Amino acid sequence: MDIFLQQIINGLVVGSIYALIALGYTMVYGIMQLINFAHGEIVMIGAMVTITCINLLVGAGVQLPGPALLLAGLLMAIPVSMFLGYSIEKIAYQPLRKAPRLAPLITAIGVSIVLQQAAMLIWGRNYRPFPPILPSEVHIIGGAAITDLQIAIIVLALLLMGGLFFLIEKTKLGRAMRATAQNPEVAKLMGVNVNTIISMTFVIGSALGAMAGVMVAANYDQAHAYMGFMIGLKAFTAAVLGGIGNIGGAVLGGLLLGIIESLGSGYLGDLTGGVLGSNYKDIFAFVVLIIVLVFRPSGLMGERVAERA
Amino acid sequence: MNALVMKNTRNNTVLLAVLAVVLAVLPWALGGLFENGNSWLRAVDFALLYIMLALGLNIVVGYAGLLDLGYIAFYAVGAYLFAILNSPHLQAVLPAWLSHPPFLVMMVMAAVVAGIFGVLLGSPTLKLRGDYLAIVTLGFGEIVRIFMNNLDRPINITNGPQGINNIDPVQIAGYDFGRPIEFLGLTFEKIHLYYYLILAFCALIIFVSIRLQNSRIGRAWVAIREDEIAANAMGINTRNVKLLAFAMGASFGGVSGALFASFQGFVSPESFVLMESVMVLCMVVLGGMGNIPGVILGAIIVSITPELLRDIINPLQMAIAGKKVVDPENLRMLIFGLAMIIIMLVRPEGLWPSKRRRAELHPKTKGIALQEKDSLQDAERNHD
Repeated sequence: MDIFLQQIINGLVVGSIYALIALGYTMVYGIMQLINFAHGEIVMIGAMVTITCINLLVGAGVQLPGPALLLAGLLMAIPVSMFLGYSIEKIAYQPLRKAPRLAPLITAIGVSIVLQQAAMLIWGRNYRPFPPILPSEVHIIGGAAITDLQIAIIVLALLLMGGLFFLIEKTKLGRAMRATAQNPEVAKLMGVNVNTIISMTFVIGSALGAMAGVMVAANYDQAHAYMGFMIGLKAFTAAVLGGIGNIGGAVLGGLLLGIIESLGSGYLGDLTGGVLGSNYKDIFAFVVLIIVLVFRPSGLMGERVAERA
Repeated sequence: MNALVMKNTRNNTVLLAVLAVVLAVLPWALGGLFENGNSWLRAVDFALLYIMLALGLNIVVGYAGLLDLGYIAFYAVGAYLFAILNSPHLQAVLPAWLSHPPFLVMMVMAAVVAGIFGVLLGSPTLKLRGDYLAIVTLGFGEIVRIFMNNLDRPINITNGPQGINNIDPVQIAGYDFGRPIEFLGLTFEKIHLYYYLILAFCALIIFVSIRLQNSRIGRAWVAIREDEIAANAMGINTRNVKLLAFAMGASFGGVSGALFASFQGFVSPESFVLMESVMVLCMVVLGGMGNIPGVILGAIIVSITPELLRDIINPLQMAIAGKKVVDPENLRMLIFGLAMIIIMLVRPEGLWPSKRRRAELHPKTKGIALQEKDSLQDAERNHD
């Protein structure tokens, strides 16, 4: 029983990170019908910049409590990611709005290669350890262990998602974003500056991605220049699972995927008598993806849309 | 008019003859021009394999308009099939009639088995189009890779991450391609022999592609790409025709995978990552989807550019800074990524697009131009 609870907790932690990243994919897809392949790299750069900043501060002899150091790192990483998200859209996607659908997909892949290799040049090909600045007290709940950090990740992720909900449902900017996603042409006629809205979508998504990147690095105690790829794919799967283009769907999809993956890798070995082990962990995301798309292409919470070519 | 057509055919014949001669002497020219001619020839061999792959994917993406991001899985299927049947790895368990099949039988098997995988992938996903299909195929490719990585337990089929080595070289008519062969006073090394072998298969695949393009099936694919509902209404069985596109594309991939396995002598899951699928898709899109010469051009550019950069970046760094400042491998990929972005921004239709696509993107008549304008940009312009 405690293994089950433990896997659920782990799943929730990973799932809330997936959900945060999935929001970036789903917002962009909702507005532009574009899979932003470079989003995973934004997540990675958020993590890398934060780690570098914290190390610099610690190296300079700054005496601050751990969370304050982390905040300082984030204050550097978030603007960097926002700026990157903004520039990617301006350079690689905006000129191609009129082009065939495949063209922006290829530039997205190009951007993701460029960012990945640039990160390799800057930070090298080794794993960067996350500095040990955060308290790591372990609490035992019903036989399962949960650390302060894991609690913080879940709470922070929920707060961020709540904030995004508020932004989209209650503010003027949010209404403009929803209008643009519905019908950019009419939104424009109603006085919405579509270009600005698209830029804002990228900026907000990138900020969330950067924070998610720091969570990943803190949770696994390390970051790597290639980490954006797999985490991006998983988060993207989460977005599809929930119904791509749907904000609530991305959150649901992220949490579900985290839990499925965690339970799956925890129990697969026992269920198959040791034939398939936890090394099949990565397969769950893709199996789930295929099953969902075959039986319910619009995802769990997506509306059934007419066929899109 | 008639004379013009005849002149064109004559020109084409001359062109083809020149091309044939150039391709025939290429290995020797490379050997004579560069001291590291053999490593260049190796790059050319791989470029030819990529041309085969790109032409296979072109059937799925370019003709039928089905976006496939897991194409490399079929390459993997061909490669692993060849590796398992032609290496000591599983000899103890394989029935005698299955081990070391004759080369041509092997090639047909690779094509058929990969084609079956294509149908397996295609049949549940036929309803999907566009991005959704891209994502499902991506997932399929990753699943195949994860299985290759982990099928060393409980029964060791793929030998896991270590991969399978000691794969036999091709044997045709008693000639062993692993050993140099003396012919007409020339020594053909393994790398030369494979060059001609892969070139022959490449030519075959180009021929099949050209014939397919103008066939009933080829026209049915284009009809589906342009408007599936209309194609269905015109009596095309869209389900079967799409499945056929998947199967044909996959079988091209399977054949090139088998050639790859015997050329390398070694296969491992690392050769079949998502990035490879993406590279092949880039070849098709950069070159010009649906246009055979364009796709070939794309495959050559994408596979040779990184090799060229490898030879340029290091000397350049030494000349400018006097030492290696940055890792050439990273810089090479960085430039490659930038090139992809720039080419797409400058020519989103590809370097050498098919006539139909060019017409779509650069309409000659104003009426079409107006129709084709994207509503979003239109609204923007009216507003600003």
